[in-house]
Amino acid sequence: MECPKDLKYTESDEWVRVEGNIGTTGITDYAQDQLSDIVYVETSTPVGESLQKGEPHSAVESVKAAADVNMPISGVITEINENLADTPELVNTDPYGEAWMVKFEISDPSELDDLMDAAAYEKFSEEREH
Amino acid sequence: MTYIPHTEKDRKEMLAAVGVDSLDDLYDAIPENVRFPDLDLPEPISEMEVAQELQALSEANLEVFHTSCFLGAGAYNHFIPSVVDHTLRRNEFYTAYTPYQPEISQGTLQAIFEYQSLMIQLTGMDVSNASHYDGATALAEAVILALNHHRGKRNKIVISPAVHPHYRQVVRTYTQGMGLAITGDEKCETEPEDLMKMLDEDTALVAVQYPDFFGNITDLSALGEAAQASGALFCVVVNPLALGMLVPPGDFGADIVVGDGQPLGISLSYGGPTVGIFTTKDKYVRKMAGRLVGETVDSRGQRGYVLTLTPREQHIRRDRATSNICSNQGLLALASAVYLSVVGKQGLRKVAELCYHKAHYAAERIDALKGFTLWNKHPFFHEFVVKCPRPVAEINERLLEWDILGGYDLSQEYPDLKDHMLIAVTEVIAKEEIDDLVAALEEVSND
Repeated sequence: MECPKDLKYTESDEWVRVEGNIGTTGITDYAQDQLSDIVYVETSTPVGESLQKGEPHSAVESVKAAADVNMPISGVITEINENLADTPELVNTDPYGEAWMVKFEISDPSELDDLMDAAAYEKFSEEREH
Repeated sequence: MTYIPHTEKDRKEMLAAVGVDSLDDLYDAIPENVRFPDLDLPEPISEMEVAQELQALSEANLEVFHTSCFLGAGAYNHFIPSVVDHTLRRNEFYTAYTPYQPEISQGTLQAIFEYQSLMIQLTGMDVSNASHYDGATALAEAVILALNHHRGKRNKIVISPAVHPHYRQVVRTYTQGMGLAITGDEKCETEPEDLMKMLDEDTALVAVQYPDFFGNITDLSALGEAAQASGALFCVVVNPLALGMLVPPGDFGADIVVGDGQPLGISLSYGGPTVGIFTTKDKYVRKMAGRLVGETVDSRGQRGYVLTLTPREQHIRRDRATSNICSNQGLLALASAVYLSVVGKQGLRKVAELCYHKAHYAAERIDALKGFTLWNKHPFFHEFVVKCPRPVAEINERLLEWDILGGYDLSQEYPDLKDHMLIAVTEVIAKEEIDDLVAALEEVSND
C-alpha cells in the first residue's frame, strides 16, 4: 500500500495535498484496492460550492461497491477533474496523481491538524485489516 | 420442506420469557365474550357446490363484458389480444417473483430488456427501468430522483391539478415528513402557463400529465423550456397508448416520462395490479430507482442480458441509495411488451386513432344534448368532461338500467367540478353503444 509522505489522510480514506491555500483531494490507494475495479466517478458538487469537512463531493462506483467521497477539510470547490468521467480506471492506476477528484480553497487550515500523516494512516489501515 | 411446529417446551419457554403463565393470559386485554365467538358458518359442501356458488357470485358482478363502459380516469377498457395472456401464463414467466440471476433467467431478462426498449421508443427518452408497481409510484420515484439530483437543495415540487388525483396523493404519501412544498394543484383550472409562473430557484421538479386527467392535450413545450431555464426537472405523466398518435415528451424537453402501462394489454382487474413506466435521460440514469437490464456478451462472445448499473441500488449503496425499490412488475411489464409487439407501430397508432375518433363522436353528440355541455377547452384524446344537468351519481345510477357504466364523477376529487362527468371512449365501444349512451342521457335529463 502506497501512502505519499507529503499528504494528509482521513479515516474515511481520502487524501489531501496542500499547495498554498488550495487543497487537492481524492481517495487513497487502500480505498481503491478495497473497492476493486472502479467503473464510475461522479462529482455532483459544482465549482463555487462551499462544503463542510466530511460532506460528500463525489461518488465512486466499482464492480462491487459504491461509496461517497467526502471533503477532508472544509473548502470552496475551485476545480473538478473532468477526465474521471471517461476514464474512471485512473482511480485504480494513479489514485494520488491523475485521479485527483476536486481542488478547493481551504476555509480553515487548522482543520488539517485533525488529519493523519502517512505513518498514522498506514498504521490505521493495517489495524483495520485484522 | 418439513414443517416443525413449536413444541410444548418451546411454548413454555416463550411464555416465561414474556412473563405470563398461560396462552390465555396473553389474551387478557380482549373481553372474554368476544375472545372466541361462535362462527355462524354453513355446513361443509363439496367442491362442485363451492364452484357453483362462486360462479353464481361472479355472475352477480357487473363488468365490462356485459356493459358498455364509459368509465376511465386512469384505467381503461381496451381489447387485449389473446396472445398476451397466453404468453403470461407460460410457466417460464408465471412466477411470484422476478428472477434476475443471469445464469438461469435469460428469458426473463431479455423480455425486460425488450420492454425497456419499447418504452424508450414510445416516450422518446434514452433509458427505461424495468418498471415500477404502477403509474403513481413511478411519479413518486420521479420526485425522489429530482430531489436527489438537486442534492436536497431544492424543496419545492410544482404539480398540475390535472395530474391524476391518486398519483398526487401517492406523491404526498411518499414524501411526507421530508419538508417539501408541493404546490400548483390547488385550483382545478390551472394551465401550463400558470405553472410556469410558479417555477423558481427552489423548484426541484414540475410534473404534468399528457393527455391530462381531463383528457386534454396541451402544448407543453414552453413549460419544458421554462423548467430548463429555472433548473427544475420536467416530468410528464403519460398514457402510453396515446403516444401512438401524439408527439413523444422526449421531443418537447421532458427529463422524466412516467405513466401507467395498464392501457397496453393489462386487464382492468378491479383496479390493479398494473405496471409503472419510468423513463429518463442518460444523464439521470444513476439517480434512477429500480432494476435496469442491459445487453452484454458472455465470455464466449455470445449475446446475453444482465442487471446493469446496480451500484445505484440499496443492496450495494446501502443507506445512501436513493430508493429502496429492488424489484419490478415483471409479469405485467411483459404483458405490455407482448401487447406492443403484437399491435406494432401502425397498430398502436390505429388503436389510438380509433379511441380518439370515437371519443370525439361521443363528445359532439353529448354536447348537442340539452343540459349537457362539453367542458374541455383544449383538444382531447379519448376522454372528455361533460357538465351535466344533475349530479353524476344520480345519472350513473340510472344508466345502469341501460347496462351502461357511466363516467367518473369528478366532484369526488374536484369540488369545483360539481355535476361534471369524465367520459372515456375506447376502441371497444361501438357506435351503437355511443348512440345508446346519448339516448340514455337524454332520457335521464328529462326525468
